[in-house]
Amino acid sequence: MAANNVRHAFFSALITLIISYPILGLNLEAQGISVTLTGADTSTVIAIFIAVIVVFVFQLFRERLMDRVRELPFLSARAHKEPMAENKRAKIESWVITGIVVLALFWPFFVSRGAVDLATLVLIYIMLALGLNVVVGLAGLLDLGYVAFYAVGAYTFALLAQYADFSFWMALPVGACLAALFGLVLGFPVLRLRGDYLAIVTLGFGEIIRILLNNWTTLTGGPNGIGGIPDPTLFGMEFGRRVKGEGNTSFHDTFGIAYSGEHKVIFLYLIALVLAVFTAMVIRRFMRMPVGRAWEALREDEIAARSLGLSRTAVKLSAFTIGAFFAGFSGTVFASKQGFISPESFVFLESAIVLAIVVLGGMGSQIGVILAAIAVTILPELAREFSEYRMLIFGAAMVLMMVWRPQGLMPMRRIHIELNRQE
Amino acid sequence: MQDLLYFFQQLVNGLTIGSTYALIAIGYTMVYGIIGMINFAHGEIYMIGAYTALITITGLATLGVTWLPLVLIVALICAMIVSSAMGWAVERVAYRPVRGRHRLIPLISAIGMSIFLQNYVHLAQGSRNIGFPALIHGGFTFGSSDTFQAQISYMQITIFITTLICMTALSVFISRSRTGRACRAVSQDLGMANLLGIDTNRIISATFVIGAALAAVAGLLLGMYYGSIDPLFGFIAGLKAFTAAVLGGIGSIPGAMLGGLILGVGESMTSGYLSGEYKDVVSFGLLILILLFKPTGLLGKPEVEKI
Amino acid sequence: MLEVQNLSMRFGGLLAVDQVSLDVQEREIVSIIGPNGAGKTTVFNCMSGFYRPTGGKILFQGKEIQGKPDYKISRLGMVRTFQHVRLFNSMTVVENLLVAQHRHLNTNLIAGLLKTPNYREREKKSLERARYWLERVGLIDLANRESGNLAYGQQRRLEIARCMVTEPRLLMLDEPAAGLNPAETKDLNQLIVSLKEDYNVSVVLIEHDMSLVMDISDRINVINQGRPLASGKPEEIRNNDDVIKAYLGEA
Repeated sequence: MAANNVRHAFFSALITLIISYPILGLNLEAQGISVTLTGADTSTVIAIFIAVIVVFVFQLFRERLMDRVRELPFLSARAHKEPMAENKRAKIESWVITGIVVLALFWPFFVSRGAVDLATLVLIYIMLALGLNVVVGLAGLLDLGYVAFYAVGAYTFALLAQYADFSFWMALPVGACLAALFGLVLGFPVLRLRGDYLAIVTLGFGEIIRILLNNWTTLTGGPNGIGGIPDPTLFGMEFGRRVKGEGNTSFHDTFGIAYSGEHKVIFLYLIALVLAVFTAMVIRRFMRMPVGRAWEALREDEIAARSLGLSRTAVKLSAFTIGAFFAGFSGTVFASKQGFISPESFVFLESAIVLAIVVLGGMGSQIGVILAAIAVTILPELAREFSEYRMLIFGAAMVLMMVWRPQGLMPMRRIHIELNRQE
Repeated sequence: MQDLLYFFQQLVNGLTIGSTYALIAIGYTMVYGIIGMINFAHGEIYMIGAYTALITITGLATLGVTWLPLVLIVALICAMIVSSAMGWAVERVAYRPVRGRHRLIPLISAIGMSIFLQNYVHLAQGSRNIGFPALIHGGFTFGSSDTFQAQISYMQITIFITTLICMTALSVFISRSRTGRACRAVSQDLGMANLLGIDTNRIISATFVIGAALAAVAGLLLGMYYGSIDPLFGFIAGLKAFTAAVLGGIGSIPGAMLGGLILGVGESMTSGYLSGEYKDVVSFGLLILILLFKPTGLLGKPEVEKI
Repeated sequence: MLEVQNLSMRFGGLLAVDQVSLDVQEREIVSIIGPNGAGKTTVFNCMSGFYRPTGGKILFQGKEIQGKPDYKISRLGMVRTFQHVRLFNSMTVVENLLVAQHRHLNTNLIAGLLKTPNYREREKKSLERARYWLERVGLIDLANRESGNLAYGQQRRLEIARCMVTEPRLLMLDEPAAGLNPAETKDLNQLIVSLKEDYNVSVVLIEHDMSLVMDISDRINVINQGRPLASGKPEEIRNNDDVIKAYLGEA
């Protein structure tokens, strides 16, 4: 047994060396047309060897280590913890949420413009992730082309503003509905496919949309994108220094205050906040409705669901369409916030980030998804040097979550249903 | 005559690309056949193969080794070793612990792995594309020089021959060797094979290693053919190869070959007669259409839903 | 009420079901028995629409239903259970029963968002029906447990309750007694009889537990290697030479 362990440990260490040294330890450098090879600096090489030794030692004592870890007090304590009383928990939760929303309402007035801008972006990601959560977390459909619907929303607004003078408020429902329509049209044929095929088809669809946006230069401007997307207005009041739209007034004139660029940023943030809360509330309602239970039933056991009279296509399509709707919704907000959009904002990586948020947050859990969206967007901003490693860490985190905690950081909690008994 | 030559040129280009797609597609198809999951990270393993090959070639050039056959063979072997080790490690770390769980879980794990590997190479080697020396020059030319000239380069011939050798070796391995037979047994019925005393874990690892080694071959060949590589180039190629595998019928090795060739030709015809920008649209459109109308692919066996 | 005529199902070269016929009258319990691999479950899968039969007809209340999609057949009032229990494991027991009543969800989308009185009324009724059946099968105290955590016998009962909340006309039970202990089997026996007596449901039963089959069946169909072997009342089957041979020959 011991010899076997040593052999396995040695093998694992060797593999570690093979997969890390050539890629990390030897760097290709392009100088003009010729390529040269340089060794990495000493610290990298030392790090590689430390990793190799760690792998060797870990594999050698693996069983003993795993036993120790299992005995750790806090792990076993958590396993036996009694869940909090149901109604008490619900009450605390609703207070916490109200508190957070109130805080979120007032906080932009006390912080810098950059922070508010970032917070708006976080809210957009929250909307996206809540929408994708319906598709992936609740209905169990892996959609890897989610960003395509986001693009549909954003481009709808940009084009409508450019060619038809649509304002933000007119474009918002149109963008969302058009994205939903795309979802419906794509979903109708492809949702019959098995789960993993669906993932690939949606991925392909996302790429097709991006390539079309890139190449249909006459309409979309190609890689140059579309600029000059109008800001939202508040009852006909604009936030720019000069009024652009006919019949509009400017915000600072109406209230007789000095013009400030911050007004617009804060206003955008507040719009995003309201829309994010709206999204969360609508989806929460869906989850407690028959359609929400049907999504989950189909995810749990498709055959049983069908045997009970649920139409697979109708249930999946509803989830897919609703997900697309909210993607389009957030896309419109995004276009308005940026003022300029190009295909670069709608690459597969964006889909992957939103998926990572859903996975980390706990598939199905709304609060988990919101917290994950905040963490995933803000952490790289806080530590700039760390932002290079962002995607590396996302990838690793997705794998680790699936291996150790597939239910996510905050797994979805079942709703307790009271049955009044007749004695 | 000129039109015919042009068509012939597109056909040759398509078959060249297609045969490398087929090499990558083998990895998808074998893994899918055995454990029924899409190994999303396979495209990245192919990309790592290409990087290792380039590192080896550059390293040998620095050392002063320039004899072409030696350079190619050493690069090939190194790429295969590193990719295989990567394939083995990926299965061990990201897939084995989640095997048998709800089908979304291995899939997400695979996507995570793909993102991880992409950024691993990105951080280590930079995100810019790097020139890959075209070690094999020249070729045969047809047609007169004042009109259109079709060319079959030695590079293209090398790609054909290498692919052919790999495919033959793989078929022989699968049908003759003990491990190959065990592979087939496991893909028929994993549980039963386990009961019969086949070490299924070892066979699954072997599948990943074989797929990765073939992807590394494709990495070297395509690197030389395209003339440059970057950390993202595995992603699209992987997607194409997956399309090829589905087109031919996922789980079927001859299907992967056929699918690769059809896809390659389809793409090069699109570039040749429509526009290069839309070739990806055509291949993804093709993928969607196949899945809709013949989800089992050209050579795949129909699946009966088990209840 | 249900008539299966010359049903055949071929998978590639394998003829799994060959010319099987059976019929079920109102308020009747009909069993299908036969050795393992005889094609009993395949007959069920054809009847419930999971497979499209390659030959023959299935008539339910006078209408042809063969080849219709599964969910439509279920909506007509033919509901089934599965050989290996299929519950929505991470959902609670009540939720399992609620889902079964959600067949017309698309009309509910807007009504649900706005919580119209009509919608509330329907939700209340579903809940009421769920409560009734949970009490009926003795699972009321476990209503908010995740169904995947129930004991095996409880899961079997929940699966039957889940069928019953859809108010079916015909219930198809695929080996409901498999894995149950004698006491649980006895309860099951009473439950099935009561479904027929008190709720006017016809039952088609696939079962290996002969004492259960002989006890509750009105009629029995025997299938062997995909072909019908015999059919009749329990005592006729008990004394049928072909049946005895098929079973003993197998053993």
